[in-house]
Parts: sequence; C-alpha cells; structure tokens
Amino acid sequence: MAQLVSLSKAIAETVHDGMSVALEGFTHLIPFAAGHELLRQGRRELELIRMTPDILYDQMIGVGAARKLVFSYGGNPGVGSLHRFRDAIEHGWPMPIEVEEHSHAGMANRYVAGASKLPFMVMRGYAGTDLPAHTNVKPVVCPFTGEQLMAVPALNPDVSIVHAQEADRDGNVQLWGIPGVQKEAVLAAGASVVTVERIVEQLQPRPGGVVIPGWVIDYVAQAPGGSQPSYALGVTERDNDFYREWDLISRDREQFQEWMTEHGLNSVPTTTPAPA
Amino acid sequence: MSTNSEYSNGELQTIVAARSLAGKRSCFIGVGRPSTAALLARMVHNPKLVLVYESGTIGAKPYHVPLSIGDGELAETADLVVSVPEMFNYWIGPGRVQVAFLGAAQVDPQANLNSTVIGEYEHPKTRLPGAGGAPEIATGCAEVVVIAPHSTRTFVKQLDFKTTRGERTTRVITDLGVLEPVAGELTLTTLHPDVRVEQVRENTGWDLKIADNVQVSDAPSAQELAALRELVAR
Repeated sequence: MAQLVSLSKAIAETVHDGMSVALEGFTHLIPFAAGHELLRQGRRELELIRMTPDILYDQMIGVGAARKLVFSYGGNPGVGSLHRFRDAIEHGWPMPIEVEEHSHAGMANRYVAGASKLPFMVMRGYAGTDLPAHTNVKPVVCPFTGEQLMAVPALNPDVSIVHAQEADRDGNVQLWGIPGVQKEAVLAAGASVVTVERIVEQLQPRPGGVVIPGWVIDYVAQAPGGSQPSYALGVTERDNDFYREWDLISRDREQFQEWMTEHGLNSVPTTTPAPA
Repeated sequence: MSTNSEYSNGELQTIVAARSLAGKRSCFIGVGRPSTAALLARMVHNPKLVLVYESGTIGAKPYHVPLSIGDGELAETADLVVSVPEMFNYWIGPGRVQVAFLGAAQVDPQANLNSTVIGEYEHPKTRLPGAGGAPEIATGCAEVVVIAPHSTRTFVKQLDFKTTRGERTTRVITDLGVLEPVAGELTLTTLHPDVRVEQVRENTGWDLKIADNVQVSDAPSAQELAALRELVAR
C-alpha cells in the first residue's frame, strides 16, 4: 500500500547506489523533480533506464551519476543532440558509460514483459538491422506457425519513478494525456515511487485517464510542477523554450557544470543510506 | 538551386512532401519538416488525413507545428491517445498506419537508414539519437517516405550503422529532387525546378542512377506557399 511521504524520503527509501532505476514519461510527465532529488542525495553508479533519456538523463549523465544507460532514443526532441549523453559516449566524460539500446517497440515490449512477470516478449523487429549484434535480443521461432520472430528480455528495474497529475490519500494515482509506459514501468519494478502535482480527496474519472491503484505503489510524494520543463497535461505546459536553451547550456562542459551547481544538482556523492 | 524565385528549396521540399499525402488515409510523422508537411497536407490536399505521432496520439489535429512529438496540443486534439506498447503492438506493427515519414543521418542506395552512429559503434565519432520508433515503423507501414537534406554526408554508399530497413521506401524527398527505388536502387526520378542533374550527382555519395524521363516538380502554387507560410508563422 502506497505511503504518502515527502519526495526526499521516497527517494532515500528506495534508490541506492548501483541500482537500476527507470524514470519514465514519454515527453509528457517526465519526473524531473524526482530525478533532481536523486542527484541532490548524491546517488551514483546507477543503471539508468528510460526510452527517451531527454534533458533529465542528460543532466544525470553529465554529473557522472550513471554507469549504464538503457534507452531507445537519445535526442533533445525537436531540438537536436543531447550533448552530455554524446560527450559521455564519444569521449567518456565525465566517465565512460555502458550503453544498451533498443528500438521504442523493443523497450515498450520489454516493459510489458516486466509488468507481466514473463521472461520475454515476442515481436517483429530488429531483424535485418545492425541492432541485434549490439544489443540484448534473440531470435525465436513461433511454435504455432514457424515464423521467425524476435524475443526481447523483460525489463524489471529495481526502482521505477513516474509523475502523474493527482493521487488520493490512499495513494491511488491518476494520470491523463500521453500515458507512455508509466503503468508498465511501475508494474515491472521492484519498488515504485509516483510523484504527483496534487493530492485530492477523491479521483474524478478523466477521459483517457490511467489509474494505478495505491496497492501496487510503494511511495507517493507531492511535487507540484515536478515534471517541468516537461509538463503535466491540464496543469503545466511544456517549456519548449527551455528545451531550446538546454542545447546552449549543455554544449559546453563548464557551462553545464555551472548551471548544475547553480541549481543545486551537482552534489558530491554521499554514502548510500542503508536499505530500510 | 533556385536563386531568383520567391521560395526556398526547403519550402519546396516540404510542399512536395505534403503533396505525397494527397489521397492517403493516415500518416505516421516525426517532428520537424515531416510534421510541417503533414499539417500542410491537411490544410491544402487532404483535410481528413489522420496524423499519428509515436507518443500515442492518433488523429492529432494540432494548430501549431509541434516542437516535440509529445506536445500537449497533440494529446488534446487527438481522436485517441494510447500507451507506447499499444501504439507499436496494435497500430504500427499490424500495418494500420498507411504512410510513414522518416528522417535519417545517412541513407544508402537501398534506402536503408542510419540514425545511430557515425563512425564505429564502440567508439563513435558522432553519437546520434538512435533508433526510436523507426525500425518497426519502416516495416509496419505500407509506404515509407524519407525526407532528408541532399548531401554526400547524408547519401552514402555504405552506412556506418543500419538502423532501419529500406524495403518499403517509395520515395526519398530532398531539397534537390526526389529519388525512387528502381530495381531495388534509389534512382533520381524528379528534379526540383532550376536544379541540374549534375548537382544532384555531386551531392550523392554513390554513382546515382538517373531515370530515363526525369520529371520536374511543379513549383509551389500560390495557395501552397501561402498556407505553408501561414502555418509556420502561427
């Protein structure tokens, strides 16, 4: 049953150095506040999982919080490159990063397998490209038709973190707008944290609303504006200007570090608190 | 290159791409020029065209050209909004979306695409964003239209990495003309106005085949140009 706690407590209780952590949200509802809290707490050596690393993972990679990245599209949507992501892969700065990449369909199905507690999902894809030689997929034959298909392994992050518009006092969560893979990420994870714009007395059904019941969530924390510069439909707007500005901020190592320090996101790594 | 006309080759590229959506039911689009072209198609050629973005928005009717594939306006105006697994497993994989617009950093003579790395995979000279939805979109949609700038950097004989297969590509629309597969190899079939064949060859990284009857794209109509400029200015 979800506990309503502060964001700092939710992160401190769940995320420890070396863990695999998925912060999901497909362009919409990206959990920036939670990712930033993770940096403030000085977490390091993380295996970061996310379909679209976006600015949030660019920041986390740029301060050296990640040892591995699992992803399917590492660009600044509509703007261009993620410069910190590129610098880490191209030049090993500030530290080398291991990369495991998939297609969107592959990542989505890996989450579905994880949420289903199945070892893999099956799909048509990857075949005939250079991806299989560089990533973790295996051909499989359909036992009914003999068709050659591709198996993608389940993704079961130690911790999944997502952002939503609202939760009630029992920790039942509702999100609406682009739903991405957030439900799958929560159900696939060992532990989950949901940050929300607001706590309400009762969830009101919304068109296209996705409800995640409190009894499959570990912690719910209120974080108003917690997905900015991404957005929460109906509450905040995507800060497209910041996405463009980030291109300039992140291009240069020193300028990036200054920006991160100025925003309190360049914490010195601390010892991991003992798991509760 | 058109030097004395009142439109840019980039505008013409967008307009030619929009024309290719006349009479089509649905189109899968990414951001940038493909998105502008698809919105233009809805304004000028095909008001019922269903726009599908990989963020899960199906039947989106944005007024503005979106910056990202997940802008709020896409979700607010869509006929339905689905999760990413549903988008790929129920809609793209089974071929329910007719046409896809794709871009790439490299295109080879078979219209295979690279959006992963320039240089060696393990030690890339340039790390590109990666596959995104492209591999399954290119094998799920019946027709793929590639939109790319025409240069020897983009049109290469050998890809550094094969991200996406080219078998379903029907046209590659550049700022110089249109390439179409003929006997499995991209061939110049259409030149934009005022572009010379030699210019296209010089900007292609392999010995480009030229169709027997190379056509010339119609210059933008006053209506197309006005609609495009109005759209971009919104």
